[in-house]
Formats: sequence, C-alpha cells, structure tokens
Amino acid sequence: MPDKIRDVILESGIAVKPVYGPDDLDPARKIGQPGEFPFTRGIHPSMYRARPWTMRQYAGFGTPIETNERFKFLIANGQNALNVAFDLPTQMGLDSDDPLAEGEVGRVGMAIDSLADMEVAFDGIPIDQISVSLTINAVAAPIMAMYFVVAEKHGVPLSDVRGTAQNDILKEYIGRGAWIFPVEHGIRLIGDTIEFCAHHAPKYYPVSVCGYHIRESGANPVQEIAYAFCIARAYIRLGLERGLNVDDFAERLSFNFDIFGNLFEQVAKFRAARRLWATLMQAEFGAKKPGTLQMKMIAGGGGGGLTIEQPENNIVRGAYYALISALSGAQTMALCSYDEAYTIPTEKAALISLRTMQILVEEMGLCDTVDPLGGSYYVEALTNEMEQRIVAEMQRVDQDMGGIVRAVSEGAVQREVAKQAWKYEQGLQNGSIPKVGVNRYRLDASQETREVELHSYQAEQATESIRRTREIRANRDQAAVATALKKVREAAANNQNVMPAMMDAVRAYATLGEITQTLKQVFGEFKEPVRL
Amino acid sequence: MIMKPIRVLIAKPGLDGHDRGAKVVALALRDAGFEVIYTGLHQTVEQIVEAALQEDVDVIGLSILSGAHVPITEKLMKRLHDADLDDTLVLVGGNIPDRDVDALKALGVAGVFPTSSEFNAMAAFIRERVAKKETVA
Repeated sequence: MPDKIRDVILESGIAVKPVYGPDDLDPARKIGQPGEFPFTRGIHPSMYRARPWTMRQYAGFGTPIETNERFKFLIANGQNALNVAFDLPTQMGLDSDDPLAEGEVGRVGMAIDSLADMEVAFDGIPIDQISVSLTINAVAAPIMAMYFVVAEKHGVPLSDVRGTAQNDILKEYIGRGAWIFPVEHGIRLIGDTIEFCAHHAPKYYPVSVCGYHIRESGANPVQEIAYAFCIARAYIRLGLERGLNVDDFAERLSFNFDIFGNLFEQVAKFRAARRLWATLMQAEFGAKKPGTLQMKMIAGGGGGGLTIEQPENNIVRGAYYALISALSGAQTMALCSYDEAYTIPTEKAALISLRTMQILVEEMGLCDTVDPLGGSYYVEALTNEMEQRIVAEMQRVDQDMGGIVRAVSEGAVQREVAKQAWKYEQGLQNGSIPKVGVNRYRLDASQETREVELHSYQAEQATESIRRTREIRANRDQAAVATALKKVREAAANNQNVMPAMMDAVRAYATLGEITQTLKQVFGEFKEPVRL
Repeated sequence: MIMKPIRVLIAKPGLDGHDRGAKVVALALRDAGFEVIYTGLHQTVEQIVEAALQEDVDVIGLSILSGAHVPITEKLMKRLHDADLDDTLVLVGGNIPDRDVDALKALGVAGVFPTSSEFNAMAAFIRERVAKKETVA
C-alpha cells in the first residue's frame, strides 16, 4: 500500500503532484528562447548576465528635504533608481494645510504641494542617470507635470526624460483606495497622460499596471494577473481611441506584481504571464514590435506576506521574495522591508533590503544564467496550468462582469477580492494556510517582542510643509495662477488633453490642491459601491 | 425574549485606503451573527459619528493602517463625547504597534485588535462587553 501523503493545493487552486516528469510537459507548448516570442523565459536573450535588475526601494517621508536626504543615502549605497513615496494627502490631491490632511502630512510618504516641493525633492539628484518612479495615481497627471518641469530645470528635455509613473487608477478602486474622481474621468486622465507621453515624452513609462495591490487586497495569483491584464487592455484601448498605433505606445506600459506566497507558483505565474501577454498583444491588438509584446515588470514587494509577529522573520521572508523575483526575470525590484508590516521603512530597514538584493547579485549566482528553472518538469507544467487559469479568469471578467471598467464601477471585482481575502484569512486562522510565528511556532505573549525600531513620525515636519506652502501661495503671480487653472478647467470640461494646461499650471506654482479642486468641479467624485 | 442582534459599524477614517482588514473583519463579524454596517473609504470622524447615530450601533470598529491611529482615535472619542455617544464600544484594528496600545486605551478605546487578531476572540470580546454594558444600564 502506498504511503498516505497529504494533499497540496496552491492558492490558485492547482493541485500539486508529489513528482513531475516528462509526461507533464505539453508538447504543443514550446518553451522557446529568452528574448524571443512568446518570451516565457524572459524578455532579453541574456537577461541579468548583461545587466542585473534595477534596484528601486520605495522611499519618501516628511518634507521633500528629508526625502531628498534619503534618496541621496540610497543612491550612495548603490541603488540605481528611485521609487517615490507620497503621503496620503498628496495621493488624494490635498494640500498640507487642508483640514482633511490633518495628522497625515508627511506620514507615509513625502508631502508635495507645489512645484517648489518637487524642486527640493530632486535637488542634486542626477535625474538624467537615475530613473525615477512616481507612486502616484489619482493625481498622476499634475505630479507627472511637476516632474517633467523639474526635469526641464535640470536640463533634461521632455523628449529625453525617463522614468515611470504608477498612474493605474483602475486598481485603486479595487485595492489601495487612493481614488478621487469617478471611474470614467479617472480613466480619461490616464488616456491624456498616455497620449501626451506618446507625442512628447516617448522615453517615459506613463503607466505601471499593478496586480500588486490587487493581490495585497486579497486576490490569488491567478486573479492578480488576470485583473491586471484586463486593466492593461482597457488602457491600451484608450491609446487606440486617441488614434495612436499600438506599437507606438504600448511598449511604454509596464507592470507591477506581487511576489509573496509559494515560490514555484509565483515563478510559474510570471512565466505564464509573459507568454500570455505576448500572445494577447499579438492576437488582440496586432502588435508587432518586440517591445510591445514583452511584459516588463517590477516585482519585489510583498508586504502582505509579512507579519507583525516576530518582525525580524520578515528579513528572511524578504530574502526569499527577492529570490523569487530574480528567478522570475523581473526588470526591477523594490523589495519590501522587514518593518513594512508596521510602517514605511527606517533607513536601516531600507538598507537591509538593498543589501539583500546586492547579496543575490554578487554572491549567489542569480545573474549568471537566464531562467534557471526553465525546463523543470514541475515549473513548466505549473506555467501551463497558470496560463490556462489566468485566461479563464479574464474571460469571467469579460463575460460575467461586463468587462473590467463596469466590474470596477459596480464593485464586482472588489467583492471577488474581498471574498478571497476572507477565505485566506479563515485559512490563516484555522491553520490550513501555514504562517510561521502566527499559526505555527508562535511565541507566547511573554516571549514575543514586537518592538523593532520603527520610522517615527515627526509632526513638526507637517508644520513646516504648511509654512512652505503658505509662503509659496503668498509670493506667486496670482493672475498667472488663475489663468492657468482656468485653462485646466476648460481642457477638462472640453475633453481636450489636460497635460499642456497642467504643465503651465504647475509652472505658475498652482498647488496640487488647487489643481485637484479644479478637476473635481468638472469631474465630480467617485461614489464607492459599498456592498460586502 | 428575543435578543436584539449587536450592531457594529466598521469604519475607515481618514485618507488611508487599505480596506482589506476592514472588509474581512466585517465579513467575519457578520458570519458570527452581528449586524454589520461598513462605511466605505475616506470617512471623516464627523461622518463616522453621524453614521453611528443614524445606525444606532453598539460598537464602532476603526480600521487604520496609515499609522495615524492615535490622532484619529483621539478626535473620534471627543466627537463621540460631544454627541452623547460615550457608551458606544470603540475598537481599533490595523497595524498597531504594541507601544501604542496603552495610549489608545487611555483615550477610552475598549479593545485593540492588531493585524492577525483572531475573529473568535474579537466576537467574544464584543459580546461580553456589550452584555456587561446592558447589565449596567
């Protein structure tokens, strides 16, 4: 009689066999070569052998002065790109002195109220060499405009400016929640930025489609990719509606994915996603350029996998997440720091994350050969299975939920994700989903210490932000601001691209709050479909 | 005698958009037999107090993950007092470090349930405290 073995079901619902062999490979599915369609093994022929992934830790807090110091610290320690964190008032288009901003200014990122703040944040940063990613969504258009103007002031013309804006509003309605305008207007602003960049800032990545936050909100790995791809397709259609050719803009859309969970499931997820994206871009949009067919991604976060129990264990989790990301062929990594279950990282935590990636690159041989798990019976079988399930989930959105835009507007995707989160949480609480330090090997209260050094919030930095903004407002050309804001309103109301007016408004030192208020007058605000 | 179900308002105050915990706790408490109302995101403290009044709830559960739990809770407790809702049981959930638990309790918070708290314990705590409150009344 064979030994009794336990069942293994992955989060995505796939049953794992105890052993895989040649019979598990699908002869119809060619694994192919890295750098060649459909890019299962990676988007470049030599991947990290030619150049390791870009390291881009999330950073920003307090005023732009403190953030600028942190940027310089990370760059001095070998980080070659920046990933900018904005505080919640900035993300919601509120100035630091808005009553609704109270208690939140500079807390989870830096406070940006006007171009003056952006100038300070990037003072002395070589933005012609360091690629900057702006983690901003609902107000991505004015923040991008500020960044473009700062770049100009650094002598980098719009035609040469590089970097990425997150600028994925549809996922904000599903997870993360930093939405302002109704869905149709939120999407329209994305269309404006895509169109503007295609014509004027062709090296800039205007959108980074985020499966990451959808998974952090509870989605399983299949849903993460499926919803992100549905969202990406919606943005591509926006570009097409503006008369752009798919091969002229779609290669400047990138992805941001999550990496916590079962190692093999995540690696297979990314390999499947690359293959599916290339296939889909070709079949659905007639894309031809390799750049358009290649799924480029940042992967490295995984805050949802971290625990507040025994927080030092998160350093180890972070190292495994980085390994997953490296085995998956990510272009950029922004590793979650061990204190992320509590708050934004301290300098020490950010440095440990950076060193974790550098150890992988320098000591562990992760850059020596492309897709080292490629050809593994298990990984290839799992890749095929993940791909099929992602396709099925995308069809469910299209056929059962009326497409992603409607599904998000009505809250259907949100409910799916919440349901999945509830299921996962039940698994954690009944122990069927193991979590070390939580439902396995838990320390009793007397032994457990949750005391780690945490980033501490400095309330006086909020006072300083308010003082600076009031000074800017008092000392600018008020007539120029009024004219510029009027042009923003007209562009918004008349369905013209808002970006040129936005650039003029930020140049005149109109504040983010004023610009957002102007847009709210035209667009109104999103009414959340609250149904559990 | 038919026991009136305990009414719970799960509220997301402020600008923080992380609602996974709020939704999961709302679903868990509903499963445990409570009547649960969820506010949705971006609520001001004033809106939360108004909802508590309108919905006549026994319990307010605040979910905060931005780190602003102390100032937000302080403001809510003041407004509840102003609205004569001192007997509403206030619970706080989210990524709350140990060091802040006493500060929250000093503000009048009945219970703090950080990330990964057990639903059963949460439900039992609410039942016990609401029953005690009604005995006293």
